[in-house]
Amino acid sequence: MADLIALCDTDAVSEDAALRVEHDGQDYAVYLYEGQYYVTADLCTHGPGYMSEGFIEGCEVECPFHQGKFNFITGAPTSPPCTEALKVWKVTVQSDKVWIDPSSGTVA
Amino acid sequence: MSVVVIGGGQAGGRAIEALRGNGYAAPITLIGAERHLPYERPPLSKEMLLDPSSTKIDWVRPDEWYAANSVDCRLGVSASRIDRAGKRVVLSDGGTLGYDDLILATGAAPRTLAIPGGDHPACLAIRTLEDAERLRPFLAPGRKIAVVGAGFIGLECAAAARSHGAEVVVLERAPRVLARGVTPRISSLYADLHRAKGVDLRVGVELVRIDGPANAPVLHLADGSTVAADVVVVGIGVIPQDGLARDAGLAVEGGIVVDAYGRSSDPSIWAAGDVTRHFNPLLGQHIRLESWQNAQNQAIAVAKNIAGLETVYAEVPWFWSDQYGINMQITGLTQDGAEDVVRGDLDGFSGLLFQMAGGRLIAAVGLNAVRDLRVAKQIIQLGGAVRAEELADPAVKLADVAKRLKG
Ligand SMILES: Cc1cc2nc3c(=O)[nH]c(=O)nc-3n(C[C@H](O)[C@H](O)[C@H](O)COP(=O)(O)OP(=O)(O)OC[C@H]3O[C@@H](n4cnc5c(N)ncnc54)[C@H](O)[C@@H]3O)c2cc1C
Ligand code: FES
Repeated sequence: MADLIALCDTDAVSEDAALRVEHDGQDYAVYLYEGQYYVTADLCTHGPGYMSEGFIEGCEVECPFHQGKFNFITGAPTSPPCTEALKVWKVTVQSDKVWIDPSSGTVA
Repeated sequence: MSVVVIGGGQAGGRAIEALRGNGYAAPITLIGAERHLPYERPPLSKEMLLDPSSTKIDWVRPDEWYAANSVDCRLGVSASRIDRAGKRVVLSDGGTLGYDDLILATGAAPRTLAIPGGDHPACLAIRTLEDAERLRPFLAPGRKIAVVGAGFIGLECAAAARSHGAEVVVLERAPRVLARGVTPRISSLYADLHRAKGVDLRVGVELVRIDGPANAPVLHLADGSTVAADVVVVGIGVIPQDGLARDAGLAVEGGIVVDAYGRSSDPSIWAAGDVTRHFNPLLGQHIRLESWQNAQNQAIAVAKNIAGLETVYAEVPWFWSDQYGINMQITGLTQDGAEDVVRGDLDGFSGLLFQMAGGRLIAAVGLNAVRDLRVAKQIIQLGGAVRAEELADPAVKLADVAKRLKG
């Protein structure tokens, strides 16, 4: 059984913007899209931009720094200058909270 | 089939990346006057100066990529002539190169001071890696830097120099800083900021002559006063490098004239980046931009068109500048008589200044307000009617305004 941690309450996340959560030195961005929750690393793979300050359109998040884009479900880059995927975590929703196993992050 | 790209800057690099990314498999040759593969310039006046020991360079693609994607890079070589009838380019090393499609991505070059001593050896513009490298040793306490021109690059250099304790004098001919880029309200905020950080900022002054030894230039102003410095950073704008195009008889009007696809008046010749005066369908006019977004995305559109994927380049202009840890972003295109609307704490460098005309949002400046600014860009693009009161009200989410416009 994986060690799950609760990142936030489900109602703390809106469709317009990812929520930034810090846990144990890692910054996460939590997204809500069509009723499902998704989690990626908050820091852009290209530079100093944070996804939690980014712009959301559908299942893509646009970095506020250079406007590179990622699919936040898979973490894959979808628009330059980003070329490396964001780390993503599998999400479990339970008791109105968003949970992940910090050690289960994967990079596409 | 083959493509030749002239100019190995950001636009040239992104065009090549996007050609390969969109299935273009024929030969590609890059002709670059600089000795380097394409890199991004914004850090030259920011990160590279703020951390003078940093060795990080923002390459568009690492060098292995060009070999792996069969791109023939001829660096340190420039194109000296285009033979349109023969569809070939004549190179500075005497060689020639045939093309089916030619991309001109020659960018812009710093304007030099047209005054006696304007070519003084202590004068330096910030456009290349070598330029930033040359400025680095002066970023230290006890050194004195004169910056000519209070545009974005000049002020970013001033901010970086102050962060290392160097003495900085900024000389600007216009009555305000950033006069070309922002409205008077933002100009005065930034003038106050630089003065508060210890910059000796002088606006409305005319530099008439530079003399003195190579390592101790003396700047003479029209009012008879002088400024002594160790180095002179000249940031008085850039000039589009459209000479090749003009000599070849292409339409040129302060930049190579291209349509919304990036095509010049010769259907085999395309252009992208700082060198273009391009038709922007959203604005309904030809514009020339000097911006990172334009260099990247116009180049991508050109590449797709060459690869056979018809793509119109239609974007709301966007630009940013970092000074003293404050991120400024600008979007849209302002016009005379526009109405200013403020959201948030502009004076505290945390808010936005909107510009409205005819009941629509046409431009916005955000200070440490990245997300709102991005939504403002979307609202400008959507182009519907908005009210000043809702934009000014922090309780109204801009995303909701955008949603309404989307309908
Ligand atoms: C210091 C600095 C800071 C900046 N900061 C920002 C910022 O914060 N935000 C922003 O949006 N934009 C910024 N910009 C602007 C942005 O970097 C430019 O808009 C962008 O670099 C333009 O790219 P380009 O490829 O069109 O031209 P360039 O980058 O100028 O590249 C053109 C290349 O073509 C080469 N060339 C020219 N003629 C020939 C020839 N005949 N043969 C072969 N090669 C040739 C040149 O040597 C050069 O390498 C900054 C620019 C500078 C210089
Ligand atoms: S830092 Fe995210 S796109 Fe550059």
